[in-house]
This record gives sequence, C-alpha cells and structure tokens, in this order.
Amino acid sequence: MTEYQTHEHDVLIIGAGGAGLRAAIEASAAGVSVGLVCKSLLGKAHTVMAEGGIAAALSNTDERDNWRVHFADTMRGGQYVNNWRMAQLHAQEAPDRVRELEAWGAVFDRTPDGRILQRNFGGHRYPRLAHVGDRTGLELIRTLQDHGIHKGIDVYMECTVVRLLKDGDRVAGALAFYRDHGRFVVFKAKAVVLATGGIGKAYKITSNSWEGTGDGHALAYDAGAELQDMEFIQFHPTGMIWPPSVRGILVTEGVRGEGGILLNNKGEQFMYNDIPPLYVNQTAKTPEEGWRYCQGDRDANRPAELLTRDHVARCIMREVRSGRGSPHGGVFLDISWIKTKLPNAPEHIKRKLPSMYHQFKELGDIDITKEPMEVGPTTHYVMGGVRVDSETQMSRVPGLFACGECAVGINGANRLGGNSLSDLLVFGKRAGEYAGQYARQQGPTQLDAGQVQDAVRWALAPFERDGSEGPFQIQQELQELMQNLVGIVRREDEMERALVGLAALRERASRATVTGNRDYNPGWHTALDLHNLLTVSEAVTRAALARKESRGGHFRDDYPDKDPRFGTFNHVVSKRPDDEMRLEQATIPEMPAELKQIIEEMK
Amino acid sequence: MATLEMAPPAEKTASTSKTATLRIWRGDVNGGKFADYVTPVSEGMVVLDAVHRVQAEQANDLAVRWNCKAGKCGSCSAEINGKPSLMCMTQLSHLPLEQPVILEPMRAFPSIKDLVTDVSWNFKVKKRIKPFQPRPPDAPDGTWRMSQGDVDRVQEFRKCIECFLCQDVCHILRDHQMHDEFIGPRFLVHVAGLEMHPLDTADRLKELKEAHGVGLCNITKCCTKVCPEHIKITDNAIIPLKERVVDEFYDPVLRVLRVLGLRGKS
Repeated sequence: MTEYQTHEHDVLIIGAGGAGLRAAIEASAAGVSVGLVCKSLLGKAHTVMAEGGIAAALSNTDERDNWRVHFADTMRGGQYVNNWRMAQLHAQEAPDRVRELEAWGAVFDRTPDGRILQRNFGGHRYPRLAHVGDRTGLELIRTLQDHGIHKGIDVYMECTVVRLLKDGDRVAGALAFYRDHGRFVVFKAKAVVLATGGIGKAYKITSNSWEGTGDGHALAYDAGAELQDMEFIQFHPTGMIWPPSVRGILVTEGVRGEGGILLNNKGEQFMYNDIPPLYVNQTAKTPEEGWRYCQGDRDANRPAELLTRDHVARCIMREVRSGRGSPHGGVFLDISWIKTKLPNAPEHIKRKLPSMYHQFKELGDIDITKEPMEVGPTTHYVMGGVRVDSETQMSRVPGLFACGECAVGINGANRLGGNSLSDLLVFGKRAGEYAGQYARQQGPTQLDAGQVQDAVRWALAPFERDGSEGPFQIQQELQELMQNLVGIVRREDEMERALVGLAALRERASRATVTGNRDYNPGWHTALDLHNLLTVSEAVTRAALARKESRGGHFRDDYPDKDPRFGTFNHVVSKRPDDEMRLEQATIPEMPAELKQIIEEMK
Repeated sequence: MATLEMAPPAEKTASTSKTATLRIWRGDVNGGKFADYVTPVSEGMVVLDAVHRVQAEQANDLAVRWNCKAGKCGSCSAEINGKPSLMCMTQLSHLPLEQPVILEPMRAFPSIKDLVTDVSWNFKVKKRIKPFQPRPPDAPDGTWRMSQGDVDRVQEFRKCIECFLCQDVCHILRDHQMHDEFIGPRFLVHVAGLEMHPLDTADRLKELKEAHGVGLCNITKCCTKVCPEHIKITDNAIIPLKERVVDEFYDPVLRVLRVLGLRGKS
C-alpha cells in the first residue's frame, strides 16, 4: 500500500488559469470549502500568455456595439456549429465580468474620457477588446490571483492530478501527486471543476507551454464524460518562426489590430486576394480603407488582415506553398510601415505592443519598429472539449464540471481572438457558482481505497518497468505525427495512418520506463502526460476523419468546401465499456427565433 | 504529404558542429555537485532549449521549472554564470561558449532539486499584504474613470511576472536571510502598485515601515539590474515608498497637518 494524504473540500478545482481562479473565487463566495490544484506555481498558467485582450461589448470605444453584435460575430466566426445558448450567455455577461476585474484592481488601458479602452481584433465588428498593451492575460491572471488569495481558498501548487475518483456514477474527488517529491494526495470532493486548458502539446509547433497536455479532457473522458468538437483546433496564423528555438511562440493579433499588414515575398498584401463570402460586407475593399478602420474611422470596414484566424492561417499556408513565402517558410508581418502614417510610430508601437517589441528584440534580434517580422501558423487553441450543460457547466457525470478551454461551447468551428479570456471569466464564474450550489445540495461522497490504490499503481508503473525507452522520444514522435498527419490541412489517408501510428505509440507508451526517483522528475511527469496526449490525439483524429467537409479550424484537402449537412450536428466522443472510443453525432438544437433574427439582421 | 508543412528552416546559417558545455548543479536540499553535459547549439537557441535537450537525451530526471518559454510567466529563473536570469530569455550566443555555461538554481531559496527551488515563501508574503480596496465607483453603472496618464505608473509595476530574480539577488534576503523582517523588492513593487493605484483607498504605510521592512533596503539597485521586465524597481517603486513612509512618520509638519485632518492619503 502506498501512503497518501487526504484533503477534503466541497469543491475541488483542477487548474488555476483564468477559468480555474474565477471558478474558485465564485465557489468560495458561495460559502463552500474550495481546493484549487495546479500543475505549476500559482499565476504561471497559460493564461499569462494571452496578449491581445478580453472581448466584451462594453461599447466604450464604439457605442454601436452591444451583446447582440458580439453574439452574431461569435456565431459567424464559429460557422454556426457553436452552442448558441452559451454564445448568448457569453456575449451578455462578458461586460460585467470585465468591469468586475476593474473592481478587483485590474488596470486596463484607458479611453480619453477615462473608461476602459477597447481595440480591434479579427472577426469582431467593432473595437471590443479590453486590454493592457499586449499583456492582457498577465493582468487578468494576476488580478484574479491577488483577489483570490484573500478568499480562503486552499491552493495546492505544483500538484498533478492523475485520475478522477468516483462514488458510483458521481464524481467524488481526485488522486494527485506533488511534483516536488512525488507524494500522493487524495482530494475528496462533492463537486470537481475541470479548468485545465488546452492540448497544444499534442503538436510540434505550438504556442502552448508544457502544461497543455489535455489533462482535463482525458480525465473527463476516462471518468465517463463526453468530448465534443475535437476536430476543431485553432492554428493561430501568426507564430514566430525564426530562429528555430522560438518557433510557435505567439505573435498577438493585436499587431494587426494596430495596423500591421501581412506581406508575401513580392511585397503584396495578399489577404486582399481572398475574402470569404460571409465577410465581404464587413471587410475593407482596399488596404487604405483598412488603415482608416484601424485609426477609428467609423465608415471604414475591417482590414482583410483581421479576417478570422482559420482563414488567415490558410491564406498564409497558400502563399508559402506557392513559393511566395519568407526566407524561413512563413510570411512577413509588418507594423513598422505605420511610420509613413504616424509621426511617433516607434514610440506608439512600443507602447501598444511592448511584449512583442521585447520578444523579437531579445529572441530574434529584430526591431519591429524598423523591420517586418516573419510569422507562420502555430497550434494555439482547441475549440473542442468536455460537453457541458450551457447554464451550469456540468458534464453528464454528476458533480463533474468544466470551464474555459477544456470545455466546449461558445466557439464552434473557430474561436474569435479575445473570446477565450471572456469565455473563461463568464463560464469560470458559472462553473464555480453551480459547483458550489451542487456541493451544498449533496451528501458526502464515499471513496473506496481500492480505486485509489489502483490509480497509484498505474501512476507508479513507469518506475517498475524495465524497458529501454524513455518517455521523451515517444512524446516527440506523437507531436510530429499530429503535426504532419492531423495538422492544418487534413486528408483521409493521412489520418488513417495517424490512427495506426497512435495505436503504436500507445503501445510504446505502456512500456515507457523512467529513471531516477519520484523527486521532481520530468521523465516521470512526461510518461504520465502521454496517456492524456494520446487520448486527445485520438479524439481529434477520429472526429476529423468523420467530418468530411471544411469548416473553421478544420480543413480537408479532400473535402475543401463547407457542406451544409455537417452544419447540423457536433461530433461527440466517449469511452465505451470496452475502453474503445465511440464517435457519435449530436444534433444541434433549434435556435430560438429571437437569436435567429439577430443573426439575420447582422448579416 | 498533404499537410502544408512549411519549408524546413534553413539550417545553413546555423553551424551544426557547434556545441556548448552546460555545467549544471545537480542535487537537492542535502547538497549536490556540478555535472557537465555537452550539447549541440543551433542558431537562436536559448539556455532553456539546451537544458531541455540535455533532459530529453542525457538526463531524463533533470529538474527544471518552466512554462511559457517566452519571458512572460517567470518560471525558469536560475543563475546563469552567476547572474540571476530567465533561462528562456538568455541566448546561448550571448554567452562565452568557449567556457562551460554554469547553471545554478536561485541561491536565495531552498533547493528542491537541481535547478528547481522552493519559492513558496513568496506566496506567503503576498498574502500578508493588505489587498486592493477601491473607492466607490465614479459612475452610476458601477465603473470608474481614470486617465491613461494616471495609470501609466502602476502599469509599470503590474508588468511584474513574479520570476523572483529580484528576491534572489537582494542581499537582505540572500546574504542576511531576513525573510521575517523584509518582504523583498518584488513585494515592494506589489505594494507600490497598490499604493499608487488611482482607485485604492487602503493605507499600508504602517506595515511598510514595520512588517514589510522598507527601511532595510539600502538602494543598491541590484534588483533593478536583474529585472527581465525592466521595471525601475528602486527608483520608481522603493524610493517613493520610502519617501511616503518618511513623510508619514518622520516629517513633523506633515504629521501636524495630518493630526489636524488637513492631509489625507498621499
């Protein structure tokens, strides 16, 4: 028997990025005992990487904005396979969630009359993103952290959850271990909120940190919940591509919001060559009109550079494939050109995009106020996630909630920039609120020791094996496989090969052996992560194979067009009793007339 | 392959034969020693890349803490050739590679393992600092008005990524181990961000003087030199806080005015 400590909470929250912190604050406000578990130190979660802003129809910068426009923009961006109810709640509640941050100490950039300033972003009709230069995510997480630490929440840092524990059908807690010395800990809880973020580490080129290994997705799946929309992955069009060691690091869309343009190696502003029909009415006809829009001209339309991310990423790939790319296989993103328009351009760029200036200067030896950047697509965000109730965020497993990137909902086939920070605030709050409510209504849960010991044995297995292969090689091959076979452009035969490859990798992962002991051992941590990465990779591949059309973040070379028949359902995967993955279609419920009308009016 | 894998990065500019020797401290709270690892160097490679490569190929259990690898999260703090730095923002090409690159954990904090230290003290310190307390909203819709000029100052402090390099280099903590008396530069910046926040109404001057030990700082500016966010910690945060404490507790004229109720919070 392996020893473990036990902690008991009403609500256990797994993940302390924006969604987890917001959920913890809300649950503790409901007067229940809250435990917050995170893999890293508090305040280091991937939310800190968010740059551009939080989308919320505050209508500070343009009074024509309101929740209806935000809702319609979100649905259009998601190609109408979004959960419309969540998209509605999100658009309606985001402004309050942003104002609340200000009440907790956040310091957003200001309008001339002293209110929260909003900036332009792709797919948003009006300037909508509350921001702090290009470090909005840091501001958000620090505000929630500094507020949350005074709310009586018990925080367990550098603690990795291995498995969810159940009492019959109900979730009853989780088994975890502290990363420092590998000691096990059981959390008993009446409700569990997953807020674990994304799956970017399933790919070779990604903006995600080591943490994005799909833990919440896999924990939920193994516990009996459903995952939805896993084929929809956002490849952010602008990641750094040179030097090799920085490949994938995000370059904020805010660069384009401030007037940055995309150029091929012939110096053409190629985004104007291909405007999708859904966006013709709201896209600038000329680069000149686009610039006027960025300067606040209300009669001008958005520049083509601010089309949705899925489209921009594909246009960049096309330029590269057609031999019009930059020297290192991307395209050019130029903000320095605004010096021809603004007298104090270098200072302006440094003020609005300080992190970008810093990042390129220190990692790429490029001064973005003087020369263009080289950029290319990077795996950024998974639209798919745990299928939850629109109002409460509870999955089909009683007591198991999910919010933020690891939950599915508002984004459909493609997420608009800025909608993730608002999503995690709106639905983090809701998850915390309803998890607290649920916990109060429920009696205590029972944990059987056998379940715990079984999970402990599984977690320690990599030390017991005597194989010759460590986990890092397997992880790297998995990332290459997903990058090459289930990447931005997909094809049936390649994805079939991916499934075969994933099965082989799973077999190797089951034999992966780690050296050393349980003290802060990255080899061991990686060996355990492999299970989650393999689970989400298989879900992505199966859902992508079945979607024989192109929509949003999912592009099929063999089915390059959108097919209306695929616009009526979502793909849902779940675990069968024989542990195989089941894929089903879930029909999208009929949208109420009121919402349909909004979409019609905004076309 | 249908996947539009972008053209492979041109390796011609990177000399593939180049290597670096990393001399990494391996050990834990009971002690340890340096171990040398030779690893290839490619163009633009940062120290953290090299550490990861060693970890993947030569020492799977080498402990290193990191997250974003872009200088935004402040996790991969260490001492590189004796200088407190972020490993993800230190390019190998900026170091003298004819000598071993010496990598040590932050020495002001207890060791956990290899390059990872126990920084939990910092999180406890923050909990002791009086939280933000805004004035009543300025507008009926519950919002406030602040001009950009008024928030510039606190925005500088709020850039802090909590890498704790300033805590590591501060001799009051590192050499004198006065963790009970002094909160360190990171948290003086935090207090400055609260005290100078246009909406904040709380008063932290008494704690600053007594519990937080602002007077212990003797302005050597080591913290400012290592700050990866280039926050002017000493000039913009600590000195103004010292001045406020002096005004509050040592300026006889202002004290009289305050007693008479003629001067509120600065």
